[in-house]
Amino acid sequence: MQADPDIILAATGICKSFPGARALDTIDFTLRRGEVHALLGENGAGKSTLIKCLTGAYHRDEGTILLDNSAVDPRNTLDAQNMGIGTVYQEVNLLPNLTIAENIYLNRQPRRFGFTATGVMNRMAADLLSQYGLDLDVTAALGSCSVAVQQVVAIARAVDLSGKVLILDEPTASLDAQEVEMLFRIVRQLKARGLGIVFITHFLEQVYAVSDRITVLRNGRLVGVRDTAALPRKDLVAMMLGRELETEVEAGAKRNDAAGKVRYRFSGYGKGGKIEPFDMEVREGEVIGIAGLLGSGRTETAEVLFGAVRADKGTAEIDGQAVTLNSPRAAIRHGFGFCPEDRKIDGIVGDLSVRENIVLALQARRGWSRPLSRAEQDRLADRYIKALDIRTSDREKPIRLLSGGNQQKAILGRWLATDPNFMILDEPTRGIDVGAHAEIIRLIEELCAKGMSLVVISSELEELVVYSSRVVVLRDRRHVAELSGDEITTSHIVNAIASAESPAS
Amino acid sequence: MIRTVQQLALRLLPQVIALAIVLAMIAAVFPGFFSFSFQNGRLYGSIIDILNRGAPVALLAIGMTVVIATKGIDLSVGAVMAICGAVAAASATHGNPLVVTLALALATGIVCGIWNGFLVAVLDIQPIIATLVLMVAGRGIAQLVTEGAILTFNDEGLIFIGGGAFGGLPMPVVIWIVFGIAITALVRRTALGMLIEAIGINRRASTLSGIQTPVLLIAAYTLSGLCAAIAGVIAAADIRGADANNAGLWLELDAILAVVVGGTSLLGGRFSIAASLLGAMIIQAINTGILLSGFPPEFNLIIKAVIIVVILVVQSPKIRTISSFFARPARQNGGER
Repeated sequence: MQADPDIILAATGICKSFPGARALDTIDFTLRRGEVHALLGENGAGKSTLIKCLTGAYHRDEGTILLDNSAVDPRNTLDAQNMGIGTVYQEVNLLPNLTIAENIYLNRQPRRFGFTATGVMNRMAADLLSQYGLDLDVTAALGSCSVAVQQVVAIARAVDLSGKVLILDEPTASLDAQEVEMLFRIVRQLKARGLGIVFITHFLEQVYAVSDRITVLRNGRLVGVRDTAALPRKDLVAMMLGRELETEVEAGAKRNDAAGKVRYRFSGYGKGGKIEPFDMEVREGEVIGIAGLLGSGRTETAEVLFGAVRADKGTAEIDGQAVTLNSPRAAIRHGFGFCPEDRKIDGIVGDLSVRENIVLALQARRGWSRPLSRAEQDRLADRYIKALDIRTSDREKPIRLLSGGNQQKAILGRWLATDPNFMILDEPTRGIDVGAHAEIIRLIEELCAKGMSLVVISSELEELVVYSSRVVVLRDRRHVAELSGDEITTSHIVNAIASAESPAS
Repeated sequence: MIRTVQQLALRLLPQVIALAIVLAMIAAVFPGFFSFSFQNGRLYGSIIDILNRGAPVALLAIGMTVVIATKGIDLSVGAVMAICGAVAAASATHGNPLVVTLALALATGIVCGIWNGFLVAVLDIQPIIATLVLMVAGRGIAQLVTEGAILTFNDEGLIFIGGGAFGGLPMPVVIWIVFGIAITALVRRTALGMLIEAIGINRRASTLSGIQTPVLLIAAYTLSGLCAAIAGVIAAADIRGADANNAGLWLELDAILAVVVGGTSLLGGRFSIAASLLGAMIIQAINTGILLSGFPPEFNLIIKAVIIVVILVVQSPKIRTISSFFARPARQNGGER
């Protein structure tokens, strides 16, 4: 056994199978001290499975794991934590109702006479966080802090507990640019302290901003390990996809010209406390992009349009006819569809099969007394599994077992099955790998070309620029600008979001 | 079609095995257990007795299964049984014809169910609290109807429902089997079953997909109320009187237990009415078996508890993981879990 003192974690020949699928096929993975190692791959490539094998959440079928050159076999995450492997997940798994200090020292509070020494604990927590450049009230409830601060608290806890290897599983998915920068500063600081850091993300810019080496997985197999500096972005994408990506960005390919007459007109539409009244017109065969920071009222706009939140002001018209959209059901009756931002909470019905999830909206519209026959259900499910390339071993598989991108496609399939005229997509590409990302963008363009009207919310501005014929910019729960034609560029959108006083449209 | 039958068989297998084991244990202690006799145009025997005595819990379990599938629970069914039994008895002593008596009793159960559904679906009160209201208040209402006494009646038609026979089987058995088949057909031949499961698993996503969640929730509690009404009429007819204090006492717990033994999760979602009915029969078989075997009555509840703990442990996901580990190579099967 060659002892390279630089290598802190070495996994060799890791295999893991699930019934019906080989999730990991002899994967090798090495992590050096003081390195940020990006672990990349499409959804379903095996990243999460590999992490779970390393942290003991899954038991690997084959392979060895060396930590500091001694073989380890973590039986569960707690075990891994004690050995020095700490993990921070995308959804912070701490307790929002406890204070920051309590979260950091949960289960190992400093004690005096058997009671928690709260004062000591708070001082220790404040000291610990100040190392990360954070000056916080550690007695505040964690739930009252921003997600970014919660992430840092989770990292601080994990490092304090474990201190050899830190695994960050999509830590930046719900952070804005500044918060990402803060997180990266901390990551670099930890790297300087000699920790080995595994970094999983879908944002390629972030990979280049922070990582030293890259390991790419595809379909449970190792594609390769490269130095970040020596790997051009195009090659990385090709490694992840296993093919050249023809249309990553086809900017300005399609513009306003295809759009037909105005079909949907919302005037003075709004809901007190959620979104200020706004006017919006959507034409046949056009995509309206909605841009804005988190909390600017993007999701609220979508929910008001779909009737999930009942508008208390304004009117809605379809083809000149006034309509009442006071519930999702009413909106669906008028041919609306809505892919929500948080697909786990608002989208998928986890224990139901892929088939049942796809037919759900159509069945709901038909009503309970007119069931779709099993043959029709199978046909619909197979059609959209094929058309949208939903990767599942079986249409009867519970949808919660699918990866994020495939869940998202199944929900798109659910709406396409109802043959909608108007689709509202809230962050359709969030947390989705590059391949699925390109497919969803292609799908949006296809639907639009068929004459469907779409409203798409996205925080990826490049993406909005590609497919939108107009872009509405939101700030502070208000529609502040509308860009069209040649005005649609990322810099214009950024300016509109950032400008202090609204120039108004 | 063949696949669905296979799935159903696989789904019911644990309950069938549990029931077989319980019956075998009783037969070992009490040799005459499986004997039947045919007298006066009807069957007699311990098995028939189990089916007959288990009727109220079986009926309650039908409604409870659907309510639990929506991620709810209905604690009021025992009390609703008492109310409906009291209404039936009061109507019969009033001299109303059987049809009117039954209509009144069932309508009362439906109203109770709508009330529960309204609290849960419209006012968004947690099901356990919402139905606790009627569980507590219900016996008071029943006492008001019976004016505090045990209200006895002599209506032959009503008595027939509790003690009569149809096609050789006691009426209660015929009623719960027919009603169970009817409700299973209703939820599985229409889309109700899937929509109810969707609501139980993710109510918000279901609403956003256009499912009329409030309507279906109210329907589920209404069905539970209706089941309780039928069970209440049977219980009253059996003793030829309405006992507001004791009719259906603690039966809500047996009904919940039947659903759980039947393998439907209290967290909502996938459900099987057939499995719950088997669960109800398992519970009744245990009750009857303990009585037949001649243990001192003090032990009854403890023995019952032990047997149920064993059944639940055998069903727990942890045990399944372990047993599938020993049963390698594990057969891959989507199934209904």
